[in-house]
Amino acid sequence: MIHSLFLINCSGDIFLEKHWKSVVSQSVCDYFFEAQEKAADVENVPPVISTPHHYLISIYRDKLFFVSVIQTEVPPLFVIEFLHRVADTFQDYFGECSEAAIKDNVVIVYELLEEMLDNGFPLATESNILKELIKPPTILRSVVNSITGSSNVGDTLPTGQLSNIPWRRAGVKYTNNEAYFDVVEEIDAIIDKSGSTVFAEIQGVIDACIKLSGMPDLSLSFMNPRLLDDVSFHPCIRFKRWESERVLSFIPPDGNFRLISYRVSSQNLVAIPVYVKHSISFKENSSCGRFDITIGPKQNMGKTIEGITVTVHMPKVVLNMNLTPTQGSYTFDPVTKVLAWDVGKITPQKLPSLKGLVNLQSGAPKPEENPSLNIQFKIQQLAISGLKVNRLDMYGEKYKPFKGVKYVTKAGKFQVRT
Amino acid sequence: MSSNSFAYNEQSGGGEAAELGQEATSTISPSGAFGLFSSDWKKNEDLKQMLESNKDSAKLDAMKRIVGMIAKGKNASELFPAVVKNVASKNIEIKKLVYVYLVRYAEEQQDLALLSISTFQRALKDPNQLIRASALRVLSSIRVPIIVPIMMLAIKEASADLSPYVRKNAAHAIQKLYSLDPEQKEMLIEVIEKLLKDKSTLVAGSVVMAFEEVCPDRIDLIHRNYRKLCNLLVDVEEWGQVVIIHMLTRYARTQFVSPWREDDGLEDNEKNFYESDDEEKEKSDKKRPYTMDPDHRLLIRNTKPLLQSRNAAVVMAVAQLYWHISPKSEAGVISKSLVRLLRSNREVQYIVLQNIATMSIQRKGMFEPYLKSFYVRSTDPTMIKTLKLEILTNLANEANISTLLREFQTYVKSQDKQFAAATIQTIGRCATSITEVTDTCLNGLVCLLSNRDEIVVAESVVVIKKLLQMQPAQHGEIIKHMAKLLDSITVPVARASILWLIGENCERVPKIAPDVLRKMAKTFTSEDDLVKLQILNLGAKLYLTNSKQTKLLTQYILNLGKYDQNYDIRDRTRFIRQLIVPNEKSGALSKYAKKIFLAQKPAPLLESPFKDRDHFQLGTLSHTLNIKASGYLELSNWPEVAPDPSVRNVEVIESAKEWTPVGKSKKEKPAKKFYSESEEEEAEEEESSDSSSDSEGESGSESGDTGSSSEDSSEDSSSGQESETGSEAEAEGKRAGKRNSRLKRKSDSEDGEKKNEKSKTSESSSAESSSMEESSSGSESASESDNEPVPRKVAQAKERKPQQERHPPPKDVFLLDLDDFNPVSTPVALPTPALSPSLIADLEGLNLSTSSSVINVSTPVFVPTKTHELLHRMSGKGLAAWYCFPRQPCIFGDKMVSVQITLKNTSDRKIENIHIGEKKLPVGMQMHVFHPIDSLEPEGSVTVSVGIDFCDSTQTACFQLCTKDDCFNVNIQPPVGELLLPVAMSEKDFKKERGMLTGMNETSATVIAAPQNFTPSMILQKVVNVANLGAVPSGQDNVHRFAAKTVHSGSLMLVTVELKEGSTAQLIINTEKTLIGSVLLRELKPVLSQG
Repeated sequence: MIHSLFLINCSGDIFLEKHWKSVVSQSVCDYFFEAQEKAADVENVPPVISTPHHYLISIYRDKLFFVSVIQTEVPPLFVIEFLHRVADTFQDYFGECSEAAIKDNVVIVYELLEEMLDNGFPLATESNILKELIKPPTILRSVVNSITGSSNVGDTLPTGQLSNIPWRRAGVKYTNNEAYFDVVEEIDAIIDKSGSTVFAEIQGVIDACIKLSGMPDLSLSFMNPRLLDDVSFHPCIRFKRWESERVLSFIPPDGNFRLISYRVSSQNLVAIPVYVKHSISFKENSSCGRFDITIGPKQNMGKTIEGITVTVHMPKVVLNMNLTPTQGSYTFDPVTKVLAWDVGKITPQKLPSLKGLVNLQSGAPKPEENPSLNIQFKIQQLAISGLKVNRLDMYGEKYKPFKGVKYVTKAGKFQVRT
Repeated sequence: MSSNSFAYNEQSGGGEAAELGQEATSTISPSGAFGLFSSDWKKNEDLKQMLESNKDSAKLDAMKRIVGMIAKGKNASELFPAVVKNVASKNIEIKKLVYVYLVRYAEEQQDLALLSISTFQRALKDPNQLIRASALRVLSSIRVPIIVPIMMLAIKEASADLSPYVRKNAAHAIQKLYSLDPEQKEMLIEVIEKLLKDKSTLVAGSVVMAFEEVCPDRIDLIHRNYRKLCNLLVDVEEWGQVVIIHMLTRYARTQFVSPWREDDGLEDNEKNFYESDDEEKEKSDKKRPYTMDPDHRLLIRNTKPLLQSRNAAVVMAVAQLYWHISPKSEAGVISKSLVRLLRSNREVQYIVLQNIATMSIQRKGMFEPYLKSFYVRSTDPTMIKTLKLEILTNLANEANISTLLREFQTYVKSQDKQFAAATIQTIGRCATSITEVTDTCLNGLVCLLSNRDEIVVAESVVVIKKLLQMQPAQHGEIIKHMAKLLDSITVPVARASILWLIGENCERVPKIAPDVLRKMAKTFTSEDDLVKLQILNLGAKLYLTNSKQTKLLTQYILNLGKYDQNYDIRDRTRFIRQLIVPNEKSGALSKYAKKIFLAQKPAPLLESPFKDRDHFQLGTLSHTLNIKASGYLELSNWPEVAPDPSVRNVEVIESAKEWTPVGKSKKEKPAKKFYSESEEEEAEEEESSDSSSDSEGESGSESGDTGSSSEDSSEDSSSGQESETGSEAEAEGKRAGKRNSRLKRKSDSEDGEKKNEKSKTSESSSAESSSMEESSSGSESASESDNEPVPRKVAQAKERKPQQERHPPPKDVFLLDLDDFNPVSTPVALPTPALSPSLIADLEGLNLSTSSSVINVSTPVFVPTKTHELLHRMSGKGLAAWYCFPRQPCIFGDKMVSVQITLKNTSDRKIENIHIGEKKLPVGMQMHVFHPIDSLEPEGSVTVSVGIDFCDSTQTACFQLCTKDDCFNVNIQPPVGELLLPVAMSEKDFKKERGMLTGMNETSATVIAAPQNFTPSMILQKVVNVANLGAVPSGQDNVHRFAAKTVHSGSLMLVTVELKEGSTAQLIINTEKTLIGSVLLRELKPVLSQG
């Protein structure tokens, strides 16, 4: 399936290669570079490229390209999903998936890649298993290793791969047994010029951090499970239980993982927590325009909206912007034409606004479309869909775990057209 | 380009020297120490020294640097001799890195690589499964042709390994060996065949992958594993799921008839319009009622939960399966899941949108509810935007077009001009497909002509041209407007389009056309080739219609064209001149010049670029690229008549034989009947009960013959079709019959003795044995298909019937406990709404399924005499009762524990009518009561036995013991040790079973006691005193093993006592019933430790 993997950084250097079958020369990446050049923008590089002898399937993650070489027919999503899993693993191991981190830990990276694929077919991709095989680097361990000469490779052989629970390692022990769940909901919305909602839906995930000894068997139930329109599960969840009782029953992996992700359908009315008043205009035949936006709270369920940022991709003809914010600070990058306004919290008494003049390239025709505003915000302790965890029960172990649930609502792809 | 491909073809080109030079100056090596060494030669010398040192840390450091070099793509092959020496290193990390190195360079240094082979051969025999597996992995990854025979041998051995993990690696190794030496194909297919029968979820994905790579055309290997694969699917790891689903899609298309019908929904009319699939029409011809093959249904049902997978590839695989093989009315479920994937990364979005685009052409309805999910955001990458636009266009209809057009208006103004242009084309397509809005669209597009952006205008012109062509109505105004644009617009395509349009309509705009030609003649030389050609065309057309005004102009243009640099234009000029300018040489054609140039031209069809992709299987690389990728396996059309469905039937005995010596299968059979807990097992059994003649018997050429003949007969005679058409009714019957058949089988196992003898004889001839199987599996199998020697079978069935009638009482009892047992099981081969295997059920079931083959209940080693008080004589008003556990298999039901109750009358008068009154049993528990005792004389005592199904728990059974006048509440709480039945097994089997019950299924404790307590006899005595365990003969003095199974579910309970130095012992219990396991551990621990 996957023949080789090349990691390429933004400037086009191949800084790591790994082959699972016979070696494929680096020059195969030239086809990729060609496509990259044609695409102009990194976002537009086609994920699947056909070359005379191979096919290249690539992903773009954290300013790195993961380019895999394929020789025969394979579902492209299979490869894409796997490459993302590789990137996730690096992230998990090194805290970031960057060129520097990979170069610093090249031996671990190699060992990981060796374990994750055999002859191009995925072998062990569960982080619990991998961590048993290859210990992630920590500062303490690297110090100890350099003194004692011991290594990152696990001394004991993992049992997880052989048991019924391939996602959980055996012999987990904690002094404090804790289980935390983060319910994170993101609002995807398109708001049109007049402020009415064109499209809105809620995308949620429940991320878990489970630190429980032994083999706990958990079941998590909701007050209102019917809200969840479409759910995807971590493999640990017993599908049948969910189908019949709408209860999430599972033996969790150890550590952090994504339990479920769900969607609350657009049929249900989605509350939009903020509104934007905007007036952006460019004068005909003059080199300036006016820019004025104000943000205010709406349907915020009594919670404060915080962490607001507004990002605007201004038209190419904009040379500079001269604005004054009543709150927060703004930056305008004249090269990429991106205006970023870091607002912070909304206080209803004094609504934050950003006003001022826009300098345009003289002589150029005025832009015909006003830029759309991308808004980010965060509301703590609120799941906008109204989803509520009812209870968490644990079976199979004797101790009493500490349990916690946190809710947060964020803006996802939240766009206001002007 | 050419230099690229050149360098690329050369595997390791001459670039090395340059690279090495670079390296000398760089200090990128993992440890900083390198900067000291100036030359590459020296560096390698240094590494060699480090590798030869006897300190592990130095070696490790060296290996790390070498791996760093490999990772950068630098050549480290000259270190091969030094590295390969360390292959046998004790240090596990050095070893791993050496493996990495070996796999990379062995191909280049074949002779030296052979040095390492013996190490791997040794490791292949290691008792640790992980070491065996990794040895096989590396051995098979070394691409050295000389070792092919060794690899073959290793693969064969590993494929029969007890550890599923090793077998998984064997499956991977198959592909490696095949790519190294395709000659081995035949032998490898044998191994694949063997591994396909494996029941472990670990192996399934890998072996199907090997199958796809080595012999994807050998669909016959799948038949007998089909149902098993369907049932295992949910629990296979995600990557395996993708591969299996793709394979099963292909399989289903060859084995089942099409479920697509004419009246499947409104959509189909549309489909016929768009698509002219042959099978579609053929289907409409014959209108016979369609019923789905239960196996077809099984696949569709079992894949559905996977739509909920977190893995996009799995979701896509299920989606394409539904698309290609499910009835059209059911395919709708996939749209929701696919739309969910759109939240994912850009790459996933790209692939998913492509597939949705293809789907939405054929079936709009599926995605219409999600229309808004495809709205474009300004932050989407262009490739995503265009795909979304494509889908929006496909989804457009009369109802939503106004919303969509409003949305398109926003897109047209987008800063991304490429996208804006695509939107204009989209509007054009909507205008042609939905006649209601054609005028609106046209007006909108005309407005865009005054747009400032040239690309937008140009695109509008091109689209308007197409639209006008389709509607040759009066659009003179628009044409005039466009003629004016010629002055300003510079994009060649647009100019060409305008010229063409004017030429076509030159009679409608008689004044403008010559003027345009005049202008164009002026600029002819500086125009683009495309435009020049259209100028020539315009000239020709005008010459024909309005030669008075334009004759000279046209001739001028033709002269210019004659000397143009482009040969196309020169050719065209020559052609036009001959055709239109009358001269003596011009033939008959010139008469028709007007007809040729001004013929009615068919309007272009504005089509989706995804139109032609539907012949590729969705979700494949070929579909994405719209080119047939190498190794693409065509999805065949549905067969007219389904091939014989009975090839998928599986015999129980077959699978039991798999991993055990032949001699054993004899006694396994009865044991198997005891265990019908796990779903998989059940499936197996049901399959056998449905099973008609299993034509491909387990062995012998003779059975092969019958197989082929039966296939023929099913095709010739209509027996195959019969079972298909009538299958609905039959299915009902089968369901009802199922219970009976099970009963029969149970009773068969009761008089297992008899049957054993018979099966002993049956082994001599396989044909006979298969018919034996059938007869034992009940009479309804006869009804299903009758390709086999029918008369004999019927006769045998008859023979059996009276036998069953002779044993009515046990039958009754079975009915009882089967009743609560049946709903749990999912009848696998039948369509029922219930979803088949849930994760949990399978988690429990899987182990058992692989283990049950070697279990045989033995007699208890020891029967304790200890009695427990049930009712004290004081509280019982003279009636006293005790109970004890006789450790005998219960006669009332095989899930019950037999309990003996001794009743004694201590009073001085007769106690009458002693019976069990009201029972307060926990859920699931059952109790078989004793017959009421009419009277009990004073000082008399009587022993009765009852059976209680404790459901493998230590919950108390409360009930009332009643006499004629009184009722006493009593309860029985079973010690955990009594919930077991001893099992006899060999040490080997024990180890195998135990290997499968690790992880969460294992509990252990350390026991400390005086050494005299650890004599074998003491341990045996103590253990069996507490629990009804069977001793397993042990080859080691310090390890004692005991085995049992739980009474209710038949789960294995394996107890190991390992003596350690000093006075400690390790007590380990392996069982799936972890709860009982831990209780038993708690009870055994103090017993073993006390003196």
